[in-house]
Amino acid sequence: MATASATDFDVRRNDSFGLRLQHALHANPVLGPLAVLIVAIIAFSIVNGRFLTATNLSLVLQQVTVIAVLALGQTLIILTAGIDLSAGAIAVFSSILMANFCTKAGMPGIIALVLGLACGTAMGAANGFLVTRIKLPPFIVTLGTLTIFFSLNSVVSNSETVRGTDMPGLMTWTGNSIPIGNFRLTYGSIIMLLLFAYFYYALGRTAWGKHVYATGDDVESARLAGIRTSRVLFSVYTVAGLLYAVGGWILIGRLASASPNVGVEYNLDSITAVVLGGTSLFGGRGSVIGTLIGALIVGVFRNGLQLGGVEVVWQGFAIGLLVLVAVSLDQWIRKVKT
Amino acid sequence: MTTPVLQAKGLTKRYGRVVAIDGSDLELYPGEILAVIGDNGAGKSSLIKALSGALIPDQGEIFLDGKQVHFRTPMDARSAGIETVYQTLAVAPGLDIADNLFLGREERKPGVLGSVFRMLDRGHMRAEAKRHMSELGVATLQNIGQAVESLSGGQRQAVAVARSAAFGSKVVILDEPTAALGVKEGNRVLQLIRDVRDRGLPVILISHNMPHVFEVADRIHIQRLGRRATVITPKSHSMSEAVAIMTGAAEPPPEAAA
Repeated sequence: MATASATDFDVRRNDSFGLRLQHALHANPVLGPLAVLIVAIIAFSIVNGRFLTATNLSLVLQQVTVIAVLALGQTLIILTAGIDLSAGAIAVFSSILMANFCTKAGMPGIIALVLGLACGTAMGAANGFLVTRIKLPPFIVTLGTLTIFFSLNSVVSNSETVRGTDMPGLMTWTGNSIPIGNFRLTYGSIIMLLLFAYFYYALGRTAWGKHVYATGDDVESARLAGIRTSRVLFSVYTVAGLLYAVGGWILIGRLASASPNVGVEYNLDSITAVVLGGTSLFGGRGSVIGTLIGALIVGVFRNGLQLGGVEVVWQGFAIGLLVLVAVSLDQWIRKVKT
Repeated sequence: MTTPVLQAKGLTKRYGRVVAIDGSDLELYPGEILAVIGDNGAGKSSLIKALSGALIPDQGEIFLDGKQVHFRTPMDARSAGIETVYQTLAVAPGLDIADNLFLGREERKPGVLGSVFRMLDRGHMRAEAKRHMSELGVATLQNIGQAVESLSGGQRQAVAVARSAAFGSKVVILDEPTAALGVKEGNRVLQLIRDVRDRGLPVILISHNMPHVFEVADRIHIQRLGRRATVITPKSHSMSEAVAIMTGAAEPPPEAAA
């Protein structure tokens, strides 16, 4: 969408600053999150000189990678005006399945990986089936499957952590890194960035992407325009499942183990990143670039507050405030008068 | 007597005990604007939905160019050449004009880019969109890459009508196209409807707005109690006579041979 020309058209010289800002944000929803990210980076580097070091920044990127991949899947679903509470559960359960395929079933790494990704995809497809065929609201569907996946997760894992050293190298490969000076770029982060690049393309330059936006904007209009909306929705939940499973694989590398007890906060963190990135919970509006920025905001805040000596309990408070501000901003932007 | 482009015979649709259409007929001839009027609940919408594939009738037959057709989905009707502009417009406000014109039938780039990477041919779609819009005299739109939500009601309607005219090869059906518009924009849309007809596409116009109906329609199909009461022309009857037939205050004249 030619955002640049849309802005040109929207310039109104007689409008107040507030109105102009509203129009600019409406045309370019990424501007707001980008400003927040830049301000946060400047503020935290003033507070603590260690923030802007290569070592610390590579830590931030590593901390953000898993959330970013989950948030990518979440973005697709939220663009269709849905929500996925089971994102973290699918990721963690997939990682446990991959690990146990290796240790208990003795499969080679590549087979375990492919099977694990397939299982994550199937979990996403299950969500998609319930949303499109049984026609249940996404919130309820994923609330149910969240509980189911976590429960199965405990059954399969026997609540035991699988150590990275007990798995084939491929499982923890995502945690290996390429040093660039003091900056350590993990393969997991590279996969994450490639996925964002791919979905940036898929949403903006393919018919599927247009259909995702149209379905999220107004499902009935999209159907009347000849889009098979059920198929679009099902594909979105299924693809999201695959992305979560990739997130699970990256998680193994990050932790150097597969633990059934992590990831409870990932469900909500992925939604937080999407919302902070300016994607509207009402669907049809938003971008994966915004989500990447949103995930970075979460990471930068967590890391910066920690370096600034803010206790962990108050970090959640700050992130929560940010979310509320982001959603209020979204409401305001949507009221734009043209 | 020419064959109707689109003909319905004895269409019936029931929802439980409610009869939405009760053996309704309809004929649309080449090069005409056929208005369909009727009171609320007369079965206008159901009749139109049956013709555009959004509803499968329980009984009755539909003929397109004299050949019987069976529409199961809106896509069926569309690929047969019947384009419908719904009252809700069926546009995606967040997408731009070109995207909306091609929504549901996007064109991919030729070669590997299109077949493997499924890349859309944006340049071509935009050029085509521009051509279609200007052919219909909708030149007020500055930018084909503008989001539809930034357009006025009349401009959105123009986008929807342009889409149907661009892709409809046989029939264009318009459901209440002027209902939400001001006087000026309403008149522009009426002109647009005439332009579509003058390009050779017959139009079915569903409307509550009697002045608009009498201004553009060649013939007026009056729907009452789930079936066709009669067909009149703006010359044969006055507006108040049409309303009287529509509401049942007056007996319909014996059905005139169209």
